[in-house]
Formats: sequence, C-alpha cells, structure tokens
Amino acid sequence: MITQNASEMAAAVAAGEITSEALTQAHLSRIAEVDEKVHAFLHVDAEGALAQARAVDVARAKGEKLSPLAGVPLALKDVMVQKGVPTTCGSKILEGWRPPYDATVVTKLKNAGVVILGKTNMDEFAMGSSTENSAYGPTHNPWDLTRIPGGSGGGSSASLAAFEAPLAIGTDTGGSIRQPAAVTGTVGVKPTYGGVSRYGLVAFSSSLDQAGPCARTVLDAALLHEIIGGHDIYDSTSIDAPVPPVVTAAKMRNVKGLRIGVVRELGGEGYQAGVLQRFNESVEVLRGLGAEIIEVSCPHFEYALPAYYLIAPSECSSNLARFDAMRFGLRVGDDRARSAEEVMNLTREAGFGPEVKRRIILGTYALSSGYYDAYYGSAQKVRTLIINDFNAAFAQVDVLISPTSPTTAFKIGEKADDPLAMYLNDIATIPVNLAGNCAMSIPCGLAPEDGLPVGLQIIAPAMADDRLYRVGGALEAAFNEAWGGPLMNKAPSLTGGVR
Amino acid sequence: MISRDDVAHLAQLARIELEASEIDHLAGQLEVILGAVARVQEVAGADVAPTSHPLPLKNVFRPDVIRPSLTPEEALSGAPASEEQRFRVPQILGEE
Amino acid sequence: MSEAMLDYDEVIAKYEPTLGLEVHVELNTNSKMFCGCATVFGAEPNTQVCPVCLGMPGSLPFVNERAIESTILIGLALNCEIATWCRFARKNYFYPDMPKNFQISQYDEPICFNGYLDVEVETDDGMRTFRVEIERVHMEEDTGKSLHMGGATGRIHGADYSLLDYNRAGIPLVEIVTKMVPGTEKYAPLVAKAYVAELRDILRSLGVSDVKMEQGSLRCDANVSLSPRGSGVLGTRSETKNVNSLRSVERAIRSEMQRHAARLDDGLKVVQETRHFHEDSGITTSGRSKETAEDYRYFPEPDLVPIAPDPAWVEELRATLPERPSVVRARLQKEWNIADKEMASMVNAGVLAVVMETVALGADSTKARSWWVGEIARQANERGVEVIDVGVTPADVARIVELVAMGELTDKLARQVVDGVIAGEGRPDDVVATRGLKVVSDDGALLLAIATAIASDAAAAEKVRGGNLNAAGALIGLVMKATQGQADAAKVRELLLKELGQ
Repeated sequence: MITQNASEMAAAVAAGEITSEALTQAHLSRIAEVDEKVHAFLHVDAEGALAQARAVDVARAKGEKLSPLAGVPLALKDVMVQKGVPTTCGSKILEGWRPPYDATVVTKLKNAGVVILGKTNMDEFAMGSSTENSAYGPTHNPWDLTRIPGGSGGGSSASLAAFEAPLAIGTDTGGSIRQPAAVTGTVGVKPTYGGVSRYGLVAFSSSLDQAGPCARTVLDAALLHEIIGGHDIYDSTSIDAPVPPVVTAAKMRNVKGLRIGVVRELGGEGYQAGVLQRFNESVEVLRGLGAEIIEVSCPHFEYALPAYYLIAPSECSSNLARFDAMRFGLRVGDDRARSAEEVMNLTREAGFGPEVKRRIILGTYALSSGYYDAYYGSAQKVRTLIINDFNAAFAQVDVLISPTSPTTAFKIGEKADDPLAMYLNDIATIPVNLAGNCAMSIPCGLAPEDGLPVGLQIIAPAMADDRLYRVGGALEAAFNEAWGGPLMNKAPSLTGGVR
Repeated sequence: MISRDDVAHLAQLARIELEASEIDHLAGQLEVILGAVARVQEVAGADVAPTSHPLPLKNVFRPDVIRPSLTPEEALSGAPASEEQRFRVPQILGEE
Repeated sequence: MSEAMLDYDEVIAKYEPTLGLEVHVELNTNSKMFCGCATVFGAEPNTQVCPVCLGMPGSLPFVNERAIESTILIGLALNCEIATWCRFARKNYFYPDMPKNFQISQYDEPICFNGYLDVEVETDDGMRTFRVEIERVHMEEDTGKSLHMGGATGRIHGADYSLLDYNRAGIPLVEIVTKMVPGTEKYAPLVAKAYVAELRDILRSLGVSDVKMEQGSLRCDANVSLSPRGSGVLGTRSETKNVNSLRSVERAIRSEMQRHAARLDDGLKVVQETRHFHEDSGITTSGRSKETAEDYRYFPEPDLVPIAPDPAWVEELRATLPERPSVVRARLQKEWNIADKEMASMVNAGVLAVVMETVALGADSTKARSWWVGEIARQANERGVEVIDVGVTPADVARIVELVAMGELTDKLARQVVDGVIAGEGRPDDVVATRGLKVVSDDGALLLAIATAIASDAAAAEKVRGGNLNAAGALIGLVMKATQGQADAAKVRELLLKELGQ
C-alpha cells in the first residue's frame, strides 16, 4: 500500500477502499520501522496526523467533496511553521519552539485534507547540500545508508525514497528540492518564485527561497503543486495569477515539436561520467519522442555560483538576526549579571552550527560599508546577466535541460568542512533561483559506476511551470516503459526482506 | 585579505561570540571563499543594472484594516522568560 | 558634572549656528505598517502583536496602503518631489526592542525628497520668513517599548533586567529630515521651534497623525553645529534626542549652542555624538558614545516589492491637500483684524489651530484667542505640557465663551470652569453643575446681600448717597464676598446704586 503513488492512494480513499486513518497508520508504522536507519524525520506528529486523517474519513462518510489528495500523508520540511508542532529548521537555536501560527502552505494542505505526518530533517536553516549540517544528525540516503540524501531537504527526499511518505514539501534556495530529488531518485519541483507563498517558510534567502512539491511521480508533484500554489496576500512577492495548468500538463505525455535546449555550460568538466551518460541518453529519448533538441549557451552561468554565495549569505545574515534569545527559542548564559547583548552573543554562538556561522559572517562582510558595491552590488548585477541569458535562451527554446547535480550521492563526511567543494553541488541548480523561474528534477536512471540515481533538470520560464510537467511527464512515461516500471522499484527495502 | 581582526569585528556586528579557534578557522576559509566569489566583479560593469527582486512586481499593498492579533499567551508562548505579560530579557545596555 | 556654558549673546557674537532637524511622526493608521495589528495607544502589553510585528520566524511584512498615502501627502505638503520608483531597505542592527533586529526603512530611495517649509519667526525687525529645506521624507516602522526593572527605577543603567512590550513595534513612522539650515543666527532656537510647530500644524491639518509630542507620536532630534563667525567652516554637530515639547526644541538648541561655544572657546573639540535632553534641568548630557561608527548594512528589502506611485494617484492626493497653514494664518489675521505681534504670540503658543476650531464652533475670535493665549496657555505652562494637551478642547472653550456671553458665567467663574475641565471633572456644563458655579442673578438674594453690606459699612453707604460713587467699591466687594464671587459685579453695582438713590 505504501509503495503506491499519492494519486492512487487518494483514489482509494475517495472510493472508500481504504480509510485515511489506515493509510496514515501504515505510514506511521513504516516510519517506526525504518526511520531509525534513515533519520528523515525530526518530529513525527502521530496524534495530529491521525486526527487529520479521521477528519477526512468523516468528511468522506458524509459525502463531502474531497480534494484530489485528501487523506494522503505528507512529510513537511522542518523549515515550514505548523501551529503547535515543533519547528527547528534543523537548528539548536529553535529547539523546543512551537509556532503560534500556520504557514500558508500548511493552511492550504490542511484545507485540502492532506495529512501532515511530521517534520523532516534538513541542513540547518536550509544551508547545505547534504543534510549533514542538521544539528540533529544527518539523514541517510535510502539507496545507500552510508551516503547523503542531498540537501538541504534531505529529510523530505529520503522520506519519499524510504516509502515513509508519498508526498513531501521542500524548499529550494539554490537547489534544495532538486538536488535531493536527483540523488534519491525522486521528483522535485522548484516553482516560479512567487508561485507558492513563502509566508511561514523560515527565511534563509528571501529573494531566492521557494517552497515546492516533492513526490515519487510527476503527476503526484503536479497535484501537490496545485494545492500549495497560488496568490497569498500575506506574501507581497506572491504572484497574483492562477497556478499554471500543471496537472493537465503532467497528463499530456507529448513533447512532439517542443523545442528543448541543452545548456552547453551545464555539463562537461566536473560532472560524473555516469551522470553525463544518463543525461545524454535522456536527450536521445526526448529526440525520439519528437522534441527538437537545440544547444544553447548561457555564458554568465559560470558566475551564478559566486553570485549566489554572496546574495544568499547576505540575506541570511539579516534574516537570521531575529534568533537572538529574546522572544523565542534558545537562551544561553542568562545569569542575571550578563547583559542582553552578551546573552545574544553567547546564544548565537551556541545555537548556530559552523555552516550557518560561516554564511552569516560572509554575508555580514558582503553587506558592510566599503564592500557592498564590490560584493553584494556586483552579485545583483550578475543576477541581471543571468536573467538576460535565460531570456535569450527562451527566445529560442521552450524549455532547457541539464543534469540536476554534477554527481550522484556522495559519502556522508566526504565533503565536510570543504565548503567550496560542497557548494559545487548546486552549480546547475542555482541559476534558476537567481532568475526566479522554475525547474524540476526527475530521475533519469542509475549511474553505471555506482548504481545510484541520476537526476535530470528541466527548466522553464517564469509562470510556465506547466512546461516542466509536460516534459517531465512524457519523459517519465518513456523511462518507465523502458525500465519496466518506476526507478523506485529498484530501491533497497531497508527491512532486509523483499518489499 | 581577511584578517583575524576582520573576522572578530564581523562576529561582533553579527552578535556571535566566536571562540578563538573558530576565528582562526573562519579567517582562512573566508579568504578562500571570497577569493572564489570575487569573480562576480569581472562582469559587473557600470552598464549592468542590479536586480534585487527576481520578478518585476510593484505596488503590492493591503488596505488599512485591522486583523486579529495573537493572544498575549500565544505571543509569549515561546518566550524564554516573561513577566507582567511582557517579554523578560536581560539588562539592556544602551542609550539613555 | 555639568558642562561649561557660554553666555548666549557671546555665542552669537563669535559663532554662526547651523541647524538640522529630524522629526519622526507616528501615523494614525488603524493598523500597523506591515501587519494588521491595531495601533491603539495605551493598550494592555502585547495585545496588539502578531507573528509579523514580533518578528517570528517565517513571517513576512505586507504594506499598509494608507501609510504610503499619508507619507505622500506629507511629502506634498512639504513641497517635495515624489519618487516615481523606490524601495524599502533593511537597516540592520541588534536591539531587543526591535523584533527582527533590522528595521524596515528606506535608504537611498526615499519616497519624498527635495522639499521645503517656510516658517515665520518674530525678529527684532518684525516677522521674518526662514526657509527650511527638506532633504527627505521616508517610511519606516517603530520599535517596541522596554521597561527597565530593578536598580534605579525606570533607568536603563543599573537595571537588573528589562520587560518588553511590542504593541508599538511596527507602527508606521515617517521620518522627515531637513537639509542643513544655515543663516538663522541668533534666531536658531526659535527657527527650530517654529519649524516643529509649523510641521505639527501641517500634519494635523492633513489628519495623518495625532502629533502628540508627550505620547511620542511626534519626536524630534535636533542637531546643531557652530562655526566661528566668518570662517565658513562647518563645525562638528551634536544630535540631541528626547526633545519632547516645542519649548524643549528651543531650549535644547540654545543649550547646545552655549555648550559648543564654551568648548570651542576653551580650545576643545565638539564631539560628534548623541546627546539627551533633560526637561527638568534644560541641559543635555552625553549618550553612550559608540566606539565605532554603526554599520547598518542597508540592502533592498527582499520581502517587499518596489513602490512606484502612479502620477495620477499623486495628483489626486495633491488635490486633497488642505490650505497651507501659512496661508490660513494670513487669511485669519486679516479676518480677525489683528496685529503681527498677536498672530505671532498665538503661533508661538501653538494655539492657532485650536483657536480656529473654537471660532469655527461659533465663538467670538477675540474671546477665543484670549482664552487660549491667556488662561489656558498659563495653565499648560504651569503643568509643563503643550497647550493642546492640557485637556481643554475647542468645544469646551466655545461653550465657556457662550456661557459668559449669556451672562451665566462671569469671567472669574469661567476661569474656575477651565480649572475644573483641566482637573478632569468633565465638560464645562458638568463643572458648572457639580461646582455650583452659576451666576447669582436672583435679585432677591442679591438685594439681601446688598442690604447686609449697607448695614455693615454705613459710612461707605453714606458717601455713595452723597454722590461719591467711588465709595461703592467697598460695598460691592462685601456683596461679592458674601455671594462667594458668584454674582455678576455689574449687576450688583446697578442694584446697589439704585438702592442708595443714585
């Protein structure tokens, strides 16, 4: 039952073949069984989830109209606030904090009858590409427990790959939905900036952060996208327009005549051979499906990574200033002799991990007087150049494709304390965050050299999120046919036996 | 380029009581990172306009209407300390 | 402890002052700048707070349209240009009363800029107009309030801990910054005061703020520097905070000029610093000096989109601007037929607006003026508050004038009514009733009192009968005493003279 797709589960609930309560209980049991190994969850809200599930069952019994994903469980990245449920962002500084309000995404999920199982592990404040930066210990990749599940949303992607949940919410500032999806063989979408409300998403880098759907299939992602997307007055940067027709697009399975651009700068040196091999095969599959393949150049993409590592730290240095021990969260060293300032300093020293401190200090530097123009100012200009590159590319093609991540999942600890090596994981995903358009990662096979999942990235212009689903849906169908079933069928069972 | 003193000053601005070993470690790392990210200057010419917001939205306002506040209990629920329906914090050193 | 001060005339003989004024105005919107919380003054602590104004993780600001509109109105009233495109910026610094540890403000793109305000000051050569140029008018948000507990009560130094109330956090603030104002000479303190008074009148006429200095809805930071006469070299300025009344603006500037001059005379440097003004002593003291200049690390607020006011909207707002106070003054001066000096005294006392309102309610302009400039101003002065904050409304004064005109109150009784209103005993009619202040006009009671007076001072009565009307004064005094001042003296005189055959 837990290996089904979310859309199948929803249909079973709607048809009365299974109750949401039983479905939820099955997932809670799976979590109890495997999460000790995977550590996808920071908090499991069994009671809350079952109560939500029963409410859906009652509504169904009354004959109320159910939303397309009603009764289906979901794993929520711990960066989203949920009223009364611990929200830590993977940080010690928020240990024990229970928010007094719901994020807009959470409100929409609740209204749609989606059952929230609990909060998933992440790199502290979403800063990282491996989930090793969580203050509560790393998450393990279900495909190989010695490897990372990607980051920052490694908990969400691992929960999908471990069949602990069929749906998850991630957030993507530089690739934190797409790269974890790539290395766990799942689907992840970074919607157009402003497409999903950020209200209640604990900010890392406000101008880059975007929440989005994670699932095991393209259609499931589309169904979830439709539920969480749309305008929100509480987020001034939210787009006041309908959600693009993503579900329809996911079902089209037709890319005939579509112009697909292969980005010359996203590939080649620095990319693992098996990743490139699976990517090139995918290009041929698309060509075989009738798409027109065109090579395009985005010459400023090489400046995306440096620009990102100025903009994101700068914004985070300001966004994370509120964690000061005064109104919520951790307080260290309040002995009634120390001043508020000293207590702030001690709390932030004790409460933040090394990567968060590194970025705060870097961002403080980039914004400080005398350096602003050279660093933050220049990075904002690079942003303009990248937007121009995308505009030029989208004048020629409908979507762009690239590998999602240069490598498959690496070993836990392998890149610890080598920030620059770690940052390179996001080289293909970051341009999209800087420009604010949308992208998806879908599995495109296992790398021959290590047998680990490889992700393919599809990029579309802003507010053309439906194109992602059109291409993703068609590719997924073609792959499943070629592979004789979804890639996830090849994932280890985690319980010793055959799943 | 980035000295220990620079890092100590930045830590003070950022209100983080870094340990001496962290300052040393960070100074070295920041040096490397800044060396890498300084590349943005190569293409950031005077003719390029900066982008602060990824989408060209403007004039997003709400009407001047009162919405419900939290209850004081909710507001103070996460406070490390409270007293007299207020957030209790250590002594504030500052201007008078 | 207290610093040396140079005699003011000497200051002026040797130095030329340059002024700079920063005024913060709390707008009177229903809801806060970036969230829907209410803005009621004096509410129970932390009852007007939400995730946004508490800076809780995940919350985002959203802009109150009326705050933008009010700011543009202020800009227009101050003859500013209105930006066609501007952004909010984050001003980063840590302080416990600021929940996000950054303030959403505006930096290099203020919504209004390049304006001016003409203020009139009475000089040795009559009224003179000084033009105060406005650098910028921008939007920001207010901070919370702290109570300092333990140690010396209410003072930040020596407090054991602090208690924070964030009801005020996020209330819309408009900051109005002048350019440097040279050439005010010895009138610098008066120009500063007149500027704040004029600004307050304008803001009140726009209806955008309560402009109550004692409640902090209008706050002034006053900067001044001195340069040796004729040197052309601008001196180091000090910035005095905490200037919470019109009178204090004048006193603070004067005191700072005297302090600067004494230092310069002694060959000392003026330190660029924040000073705090003390209403009781009238002097300033040094704030905590900052070891290093603040580095606010401003950058465009990514959570809010740019503001590009539609020129048509701006013109609509311009069309709604009320008559400029200076124009109103000129018109009223003519209508009321009063001299420059009288007009100046009204403006100085900050009562013009209330006099206007009182007249609009039907009171005679001379009477209305004399109450506000005289008795009420005196009472306010005694209490150390602004006239408009003393607790008497234009409606009260209009009613008092009416009661006097109807003969129901004497001037003396009317002053007691004012006392009562200020003491919080209610509106004038309430005070008349509870204090029993009606004029004694009952002839029977008066005649009895007159008879008693004649009997007790027969000699005076005889003189009056003999035609010496001056002697009536003593008798009238006795009657007034007997009626506890509640009789109309003119009426007593009339009856008395009749009684004595005159």
